[in-house]
Amino acid sequence: MAYTVNINGQDRELDVPGEMPLLWALRNELDMVGTKFGCGVGLCGACTVHVDGTAARSCSTPVSSLAGKKVRTIEALAETPTGRALQAAWLDEDVMQCGYCQAGQLMTATALLDRNPSPSAQQIDTAMAGNICRCACYTRIRDAIAMAAEKGTANA
Amino acid sequence: MLEQAILSRRTLLKVGALAGGGLAITATMPMVARAATGSAAAEPAVLNAFVSITPDNVITIVGKNPEIGQGIKTMLPMLIADELDADWAQVRVVQGDSDARKYGPQIAGGSFATPMNWMPMRQVGAATRQMMVAAAAGRWGVDAAGLKTELGKVIEISSGRSATYGELASEAAKLTAPEPASVKLKDPKDFHIIGKAIGGIDSPRIVRGEPIFGVDTQLPGMVYAAYERAPVFGAKLKSAKLDAVKALPGVLDAFVIEGKGGAEQLVDGVAIVANNWWIANRARRELEIEWDTGEWAGHSTKGYNDAARKVMAEGKPQEVFATAGDIDAAFASAAKVLDAEYAYPFLAHAAMEPMNCTAVRHPDGTLEMWAPTQNPQPGHAGVAQMLGIGQDKVKLHITRMGGGFGRRLTNDFMHQSAAIADKMPGTPVQLIWSREDDVRSDFYRPAGWHRLRAALDADGKVIGFDDHFVTFAITGGQYNPAAMSPTEFPARFVPNLRYGQTKLDTRVPMGALRAPTSNAMAFVMQSFLDEMAHASGKDLPTLLLEIIDGGAEEPATQGFTGRTPGFNPARMRGVMERVMANSGWGKPRAEGRAQGFGFYFSHQGYFAEVVEASLTTRGQVQIHDVWAAGDVGSTIINPFGALNQVEGSIIDGLGQAVALAIEIEGGAVSQSNFHDYQLPRIAFTPRIHVDWVKTDYAPTGLGEPALPPVIPALTNALFKLTGKRVRSLPIDPKLFV
Repeated sequence: MAYTVNINGQDRELDVPGEMPLLWALRNELDMVGTKFGCGVGLCGACTVHVDGTAARSCSTPVSSLAGKKVRTIEALAETPTGRALQAAWLDEDVMQCGYCQAGQLMTATALLDRNPSPSAQQIDTAMAGNICRCACYTRIRDAIAMAAEKGTANA
Repeated sequence: MLEQAILSRRTLLKVGALAGGGLAITATMPMVARAATGSAAAEPAVLNAFVSITPDNVITIVGKNPEIGQGIKTMLPMLIADELDADWAQVRVVQGDSDARKYGPQIAGGSFATPMNWMPMRQVGAATRQMMVAAAAGRWGVDAAGLKTELGKVIEISSGRSATYGELASEAAKLTAPEPASVKLKDPKDFHIIGKAIGGIDSPRIVRGEPIFGVDTQLPGMVYAAYERAPVFGAKLKSAKLDAVKALPGVLDAFVIEGKGGAEQLVDGVAIVANNWWIANRARRELEIEWDTGEWAGHSTKGYNDAARKVMAEGKPQEVFATAGDIDAAFASAAKVLDAEYAYPFLAHAAMEPMNCTAVRHPDGTLEMWAPTQNPQPGHAGVAQMLGIGQDKVKLHITRMGGGFGRRLTNDFMHQSAAIADKMPGTPVQLIWSREDDVRSDFYRPAGWHRLRAALDADGKVIGFDDHFVTFAITGGQYNPAAMSPTEFPARFVPNLRYGQTKLDTRVPMGALRAPTSNAMAFVMQSFLDEMAHASGKDLPTLLLEIIDGGAEEPATQGFTGRTPGFNPARMRGVMERVMANSGWGKPRAEGRAQGFGFYFSHQGYFAEVVEASLTTRGQVQIHDVWAAGDVGSTIINPFGALNQVEGSIIDGLGQAVALAIEIEGGAVSQSNFHDYQLPRIAFTPRIHVDWVKTDYAPTGLGEPALPPVIPALTNALFKLTGKRVRSLPIDPKLFV
């Protein structure tokens, strides 16, 4: 059965089983591989996207659940001021080692700053708790989010 | 091994010469052609195997080693670019394919890359620079001595006229390359890139979500494969019913793959192929496979523990591999004897990017692969051998990797991918493992057990040291990641000593995990040394400094685990003193907190670390601060990458200490995903204070040596806090409640 899903502002047709996770529709049907596979069961956050602006695990989000919703992926993160501010902070802080989890980290961090532009250190840790970084770049993830929050999005 | 792998200074430019006849290579390397804009004017001049320059002054440098997040794709080109006197802003880096002839060794492992490449890469840059100068001298008809270079330009000192490298490159490429050994290298005070904090070269692409990892490889007509293998290690496939799977909607094919070689090559299994990996993977539940598990299904962690405890109690090692003095006399005359058993579990690597590999068997019989491998050259040879074709018939692209930690040194996934592609000629196929496959089909850090005894005299001086190490017999020619060095500290510094070992049988595949051997040995030895220190009324640093007092620098020898070549007690003292000063060691801490100390020397790096920890009422460990002082020689090549490696190693080690274990039950791994293999998360992260002790030695690597000492530093802190000694990992909170 065909589903229509709005991804990064475009309606995309997906002729897949409705229970197919969004992650695999993105990666293998639409060739959008920026969203990463880490665990398949919502434990690591590597596959995080935004659904109606909220961070969601695409590995556990069936395609059939997305009717009428707006999905944003890492490929379109730079279209938002918060996303641009965080991408810049990520580079300024040289956050990453391997970088594989960072799309998910950035999507979660963007959802955080969009709803709470000045999070406390505790709020940053709480919001990012679902995103594993196996290289453990956590000190820099904290610093980059704090830096982006401090600078704001005015010039982003 | 290290010495064998080190490139001779001649090799690098010579391999470039072999590839194309002098350094003036006229045939453009394919990789460079792809990077070029396509217009004839921008066609790059290829200076050697590593450097090509376009007329518009873009310098493309090949990063030859696999990038797993250790920063090598940034760092090795920095060495070339600095000596070349390039402007880093004009540098592009491309990943080199697997090509031993062109690039020499290509491996991400053992923290080798820095010591192996520090000189050769600089020589490549300096030789290329010299060719630029010679080209300008030729063009202007002047003496090269009157010319200097700066940020990608040659400048005549007297007149100030200049030419960019881009303008000179095609002329330079026609010149004979200088002898690498004859090329003058920079005085370190003139470095303009080395020593600067430089961001990861791929990071801008990564924050945009661009395809760059192995699993992001996309080819026209590509299909996806899942691979079902036996959960029990060593099992063979007896029979498989595939009809139900083949009939599932979306499944393109399913077939049996017969194993070849050991676990590190190809194990028996069933491949399922679909246009979408989720379809292929989900179809596995319809498989009906009968496995012959043989005797191995009876193996378990409990069985290994029981066997180890039994042989440790019996006290007779199968073999003694290091002795000094008269150990029995030392214990007979001791004023105090300590006797303790230590243990640590199997560990998985759990890199974030699950194992995967993409391959296509072309109509001409060649195989092309895109492999996230830390160790491409053996994988390249192994796949060619498995398929019975020449290695020149296998084209191997090295992709960026979502972590390695030693897992991708073993290329079983490459063999699987090649075997599947071999059954589907002309169709590119991407093999992806699920997280469960990844956790359950690893090459694990070996579990181990130690019965340690120490003899102290009436003054608390160590007069005897005895270790009975219980480990595993490694079968199938695997690299032995559990090998304990006969020089493991405090050997050589204690008058009477004996190291013996007994080996248990297993089929659990084992491999190198970041800081192999050291990641376990540091916990055992530095904890027991802390026990010895407390037994004689001292702290651990005091005891360690007493033990090494008067010790001389050890001559460099081969080998890279444990106390690696050239151990120098003075450098050990240097990092110890620095971390004690930085951490306020010995001063009172806040109520409910305590500091612990650990030192370890591995992979040619010296690290002393102090952990400050507390416990919740439920016995959960809380880590507040970690201080680290490291000595990896004269130069921190990229302070960004270096700090990231040290911080990552520290959190990695702490995570192992508090939470991680792989258990065997019924011959298979019990854990499966991140709910029962719980990696550290952000809230666990302490404040980390890193400091460098710079010494007059050539720089060495940072992928590993900061990890080992943090584990005993934590457990020693917990002892100070509670009087309870952690002798088994991971730390059991019940010990403290």
